[in-house]
Amino acid sequence: MKQIAVRKDSYYDSVFLMLSARALKSLAGVSEAVVAMATPMNLELLAGMGFASRDFADLTPGDLIVAVEAQDGSTSEAAIKEAFESLTRRKKTDSSGAGIQSSGSLQSAQKIDPDANMAIISVPGAYAAREARKALDAGLHVMLFSDNVSLEEEISLKTLAVSKGLLMMGPDCGTAIINGKPLCFANVVRKGPIGIVAAAGTGLQEVSCLIDRYGSGISQGIGTGGRDMKNAAVGGMTSLFAIEALAADPATKVMLVVSKPPAPDVAAKVIAALRASGKPAVAHFLGLPPGTDEPHLAYAHDLEEAALLATLFATTVLDSTAARKLIAEDSGNDRYNRPSRATIERLAIQESAKLSSAQKYLRGLYTGGTLTDETLFLAHASLGGVWSNNHTDKNWLLSDPKKSLGHTVIDLGDDIFTVGKPHPMIDPAARAERISLEGRDETCAVILIDVVLGYGSHPDPAGACLQAIAGAKAAARARGGYMPVVASVTGTAGDPQDFEAQVAKLEAEGVVVMPSNYRAALLAIEIAELAGGKR
Amino acid sequence: MNVNAVEKLFTSELRAINIGLESFAKNLSAEGAKTVQVDWRPPAGGDLKTIAALDAIAAGIFGRDGKPLDAEAANAEAARRILAAKPTVVGIGTALDVVPGMARDLILHAGPPVAWKDMCGPLRGAIIGGLLYEGLASDAGEAETLAASGKIRFEPCHHHDAVGPMAGVMTASMPVWILENKGFGNRAYCTLNEGLGKVLRYGAYSAEVLQRLAWMRDELAPMLSAAIALRGPIDMKSLIAQVLQMGDEGHNRNRAGTSIVIRELAPHLVMLDWPREKIAKALAFLNGNDHFFLNLTMPSAKCTVDAAAGIEGSTIITTMARNGTEFGIKLSGLPGRWFTGPAGVVEGLYLPGYGPSDAARDIGDSVITETSGIGGFAMAAAPAIVKFVGGSPQDALNVTLRMYEICQTENDAYQIPALDFRGTPTAIDVRKVVETGILPAINTGIAHRNPGIGMVGAGLVKPPECAFRDAVVAFAKEYAHNT
Repeated sequence: MKQIAVRKDSYYDSVFLMLSARALKSLAGVSEAVVAMATPMNLELLAGMGFASRDFADLTPGDLIVAVEAQDGSTSEAAIKEAFESLTRRKKTDSSGAGIQSSGSLQSAQKIDPDANMAIISVPGAYAAREARKALDAGLHVMLFSDNVSLEEEISLKTLAVSKGLLMMGPDCGTAIINGKPLCFANVVRKGPIGIVAAAGTGLQEVSCLIDRYGSGISQGIGTGGRDMKNAAVGGMTSLFAIEALAADPATKVMLVVSKPPAPDVAAKVIAALRASGKPAVAHFLGLPPGTDEPHLAYAHDLEEAALLATLFATTVLDSTAARKLIAEDSGNDRYNRPSRATIERLAIQESAKLSSAQKYLRGLYTGGTLTDETLFLAHASLGGVWSNNHTDKNWLLSDPKKSLGHTVIDLGDDIFTVGKPHPMIDPAARAERISLEGRDETCAVILIDVVLGYGSHPDPAGACLQAIAGAKAAARARGGYMPVVASVTGTAGDPQDFEAQVAKLEAEGVVVMPSNYRAALLAIEIAELAGGKR
Repeated sequence: MNVNAVEKLFTSELRAINIGLESFAKNLSAEGAKTVQVDWRPPAGGDLKTIAALDAIAAGIFGRDGKPLDAEAANAEAARRILAAKPTVVGIGTALDVVPGMARDLILHAGPPVAWKDMCGPLRGAIIGGLLYEGLASDAGEAETLAASGKIRFEPCHHHDAVGPMAGVMTASMPVWILENKGFGNRAYCTLNEGLGKVLRYGAYSAEVLQRLAWMRDELAPMLSAAIALRGPIDMKSLIAQVLQMGDEGHNRNRAGTSIVIRELAPHLVMLDWPREKIAKALAFLNGNDHFFLNLTMPSAKCTVDAAAGIEGSTIITTMARNGTEFGIKLSGLPGRWFTGPAGVVEGLYLPGYGPSDAARDIGDSVITETSGIGGFAMAAAPAIVKFVGGSPQDALNVTLRMYEICQTENDAYQIPALDFRGTPTAIDVRKVVETGILPAINTGIAHRNPGIGMVGAGLVKPPECAFRDAVVAFAKEYAHNT
């Protein structure tokens, strides 16, 4: 049977039309097909082929005509439909893995990838909330890397996100791991059963790397931003939402919450949410004395212990008591590479043997904020007071963070150091300078540093401070002393910087590399204590 | 709390849109996560008042009666009308007879309104020429005196359903193309193109220029008019669709279009009761003027976008035009209002013997082509003129690709072969222009700054961003009641 369809005022180039006709002819049941502009010649041709069933008088050369001869009506209908569709069909641009496409706006980015599910926002703070709101309105989960977003904006964004059931990470969220992919400053860690909720910074990096090293892995690492739990007005909106999401996530077997001291109300809610999840959980609130363990809720004392408890819950151990027992038994046997107290004391004695009598003080020079805090809390208690720019006790706040005073632990990522400069994790030059400065100070007894690997960080953070370390050691030698340098490397074998090579570089320069920031801090504190004649 | 959406995220592939630091996108991509980078710039260049206006519009707009309006729906309607337009050449007439409101003491010009004292050189020159052509003055000095006297009225072509290239001067006895939008019944008018070199639209008014205009009025127009009568109306949409596949973009390159028009008309011209040599002269004139087609694409574009004017709540730009002093735009939702800024300096290539110091500022209604989705927006269709945009076909593709960022839709008739026959970006949304800072890409000719010399080059021009920002602020004031 023969059938004709017309689309008025539709110009197509003849090559298209011929291709379309050829495709139609190859369809099963189609014996003849013409797809053409209605020129007098084509109309004559159609008439000659016996397609005279329709009056052609009203057609102009600007009209498209499709004529099909097929075995039955449904076949010809389908062929005609295919003809019109084939003329307007676009080849789908294959962009999978073909690099990064760019666009001028969120809207058009969504057109490029309609399945996009996460917006990562790192625009200047003044515009950040606006972009985040647009992303949430567009149905995207948000990681807001930008800082300098007001408290009011944060509350309003998080309220909006929760009402839409979307994840709102940040503002000031530097790290996240979603579906195994590192976002912004994050390490390449194994996938696994542990879901982390953290303020998001080096705390999240440290625990996720240690979990990776202990043989377990991360289901999700959700950053909340520093104010989420700390500020009562924000009320832990993102943290509580994330805990609920991880509770519902079948891939998450264990939950780990890391935070600076939360607002009391928020802490209670977070703990209640962890209990309600029905999953074993670990909580670590930096600088707060650990709470009392419950069978399925353990309070960690430090970041390393938090990672280890979570790993044990994720592998073999059923409750807190058993986990604690295992950790106690393991202490010193290095199954998890946790040098024992005795080992640390031995190392400290070795390192402090050649100190001059003038050398007395610990100098912690950090690029990571949470790592700074962890060391600060430990050292402040052990050494009877430590100066810092991160101190919560105003009496110990350095008036000039650019100069060390007695025992000092500084966060070089503080605004005061980064105005007009990149963050020291991106460019460790400022830390190298500070190492040199401490090297010239005859009272400095030990330099303690963090080396943070992962995406976002400098391509060779260890290498970037070697020259300064060598210089500091040489300067101490010249004064008749010795400069112990202690480091920890936050990273995994999968990180772009090559974890083993970073450790080897430091050790070749005489740096004692400890397996975690916690152990590094213990060693450095021990050295400082020996130097000060306390032991 | 409903965490279903997060559960969905956890069980899907992570696909990110990265707004800001590009290294984050590179890292994710290296880890195998599909990432689209947004080349972010501060919205409205960081202008707080305009950002507030954008936010207010986003929060909700209302009609005069307080009824909530939907800008998206209004814009979709504007785009629908632009796509549904059927610009058709229906004939040639005399301006006084056919152009609404035309009068003997009225001279129409390109762009937004401008007073004689503020007019640029080429526009003044064209007006002098127009007065001489109409016999209202006998020499240039007399014409200038008359123009300054207040006895002659000056109004934009756009106020009379008309458009004019460059100076865009139209006087009462000039022959004009009559275009009808068969989809909506509205009409648009434009003078016939005079060719290149010393021509009225570039401000030239020598005897040679005036003689050519007289010949066009007395011989060319009557012949073309009779040929069209024989042939019947010409469907411009189909012609423009074809020329985009033949290397034209419909503004700065019109070689294919002019050729097609000659093909369409030649068989009918030769049948006319005119002396052979006169018909031959007419055909030779068309053949010698690559831009003859421009004066057809312009009124086609004009009657196309006019159909989308006056839609309550629409932020689609329905007019862009320049008078050599100012660049102006109009929005569909704010009919009758111009938003202007200083006319730009054209970045371009110059004819031998001329340079940037000779250039007049941006002038002409021809940017109506970009307003309708061709011209600079179809740059990717015209590889022959990629020299204007950086030299490589990729540069031309990039120009067109950027325009999708600021447009409501893609044309269903005008397609770009090199973009896999994707429709040209069509219906400019002023909100997107201001939000992204991506300004419409406008192709244009360059006039000599002094009257009487003519075309000195061609190139690309940047419209003034302030006109677009002012339009957004005014739109918010009109429609967003919580500003």
